[in-house]
Amino acid sequence: MKRRQWIQTASAGSVLGALGLVTGCATPGGSGPKVVVVGGGYGGATAAKYVRMWSDHGIDVTLVEPNAAFVSCPISNLVVGGSKTMADITTPYDNLVRRHGVKWVQDRVTQIDPDKRTVTLASGATLPYDRLILSPGVDFMPGSAPGMAKAGAADTVLHAWKAGPQTLALRQQLQAMPDGGVFAINVPLAPYRCPPGPYERACQVAHYFSQAKPKSKVLILDENEDVTSKGPLFKKAWADRYKGMIEYRPRHKVVDVDAATNTFKFDFNDDVKADVLNYLPPMRAGDIAVKTGLATANQRWCEVNFLTFESVAVKNIHVLGDSIQIAPAMPKSGHMANQHGKTCAAAVVALLTGKEVNPMPIYNNTCYSFVSDQDVIHVASVHRYDADKKTMLTVPGSGGVSAAANALEGQYALAWARNIWADSLA
Amino acid sequence: MKQTLMATMAAGLMLAGAGAAAQTAPEHVRSWAAGCANCHGTNGQAQPGMAALAGTPAAATVAKMQAFKSGALPATLMHQISKGYSDEQIQAIAAYFAAQKN
Repeated sequence: MKRRQWIQTASAGSVLGALGLVTGCATPGGSGPKVVVVGGGYGGATAAKYVRMWSDHGIDVTLVEPNAAFVSCPISNLVVGGSKTMADITTPYDNLVRRHGVKWVQDRVTQIDPDKRTVTLASGATLPYDRLILSPGVDFMPGSAPGMAKAGAADTVLHAWKAGPQTLALRQQLQAMPDGGVFAINVPLAPYRCPPGPYERACQVAHYFSQAKPKSKVLILDENEDVTSKGPLFKKAWADRYKGMIEYRPRHKVVDVDAATNTFKFDFNDDVKADVLNYLPPMRAGDIAVKTGLATANQRWCEVNFLTFESVAVKNIHVLGDSIQIAPAMPKSGHMANQHGKTCAAAVVALLTGKEVNPMPIYNNTCYSFVSDQDVIHVASVHRYDADKKTMLTVPGSGGVSAAANALEGQYALAWARNIWADSLA
Repeated sequence: MKQTLMATMAAGLMLAGAGAAAQTAPEHVRSWAAGCANCHGTNGQAQPGMAALAGTPAAATVAKMQAFKSGALPATLMHQISKGYSDEQIQAIAAYFAAQKN
């Protein structure tokens, strides 16, 4: 081990010696270093499992996650479109607990004290940590559509951008809509969670309409200049499969929402009224990360060291997934959050056991989008660490998209889901 | 015949890559391999519908990855993913999966 690394590790006061002995642990009487993971999504669940696995169960891991089970955002658009159910996209946390010995606390973190290295829960309890792994996902930028703050607005104009009750509620709005109605979805300026997600959702809604409500329309109102992911493939699907049903309008910035009349208001364009309005507000790092002072990039995203995912602002706190200030061409995706989780887990185990952190991370992203209930398009990329630029860069010559939408990749997409859910949670 | 040729080529690459791969600590190779787990299962122990990598002889995995890279083996996306990994990385990752139980 290099001297500088040893000093850093030793000063963290949490060196697990060669015999597994611990000094300076956060809690006297604890049997090993303590890691607290906040958020049981793709990033946090994966990190919790892999810290346990790769420390041979020597590091104590507590996962704080308020939801009763993991509900996947990927594949959730198929629930909106009606070809999958909530049960299909739900995975329990049992295996993390039973198989890997993760301590799951079903609660919410309200406060983090980086000096004392504790987190406070809504219940009032506090948990000490040697290293904290925060994977809080996204929250919405406050005040971006003043009308959404009115009583009841958020109950009728849904985002369904955090898979769960809103996913099903949006499905029910579509079912209740009369044939000949209009579904309108906006796309916020990139970066936002899941770049192709809004366009896939438009396809899923159109797929449902084409079967059940063929006189209906889908409007995509995009703040971006053009489709932000898989553009030519999505446009081909809209032209070939949903001609006259899906209309795409770029450069439409939503500045307000009138929930009483189901209307989008834009900065320059005419108002759009719809039967079902799906509003995706501008996003930022999860509130707990912002509140803790970790959102160092424009008060919005958390900058991290890509070797360890440790915050550049606060020691001993690592941030994963959609909350981070992404590297160039790195999407905010569940697949990527899972990769962050494993990279961070390896680094946290190394730091807490006095080993060398991997100087050369390399991982991939694979993202499938369903353009119908069967046919799929993908985008894939490979990202490796650049020691000079201290960030992750895509490997030249690698990556790409599907040649065309196809049913074989539809099968692979569902197999991908089974595998990543198992990799993250089983 | 084609397969034999590929296996021979792969064996050559293994020898060429052995020096560089040997310098990478086993836990770092394990981290590289974990990047495949999203689709191919933790430690290469895949869920149904995806190729399991655990227990596959290293030469077979290396040959397949090289065939994806060259285009000899058609793929939906592995031709795009394989090009992101060096021959040394592929060899090290393949050896890791070969040592895993399936």
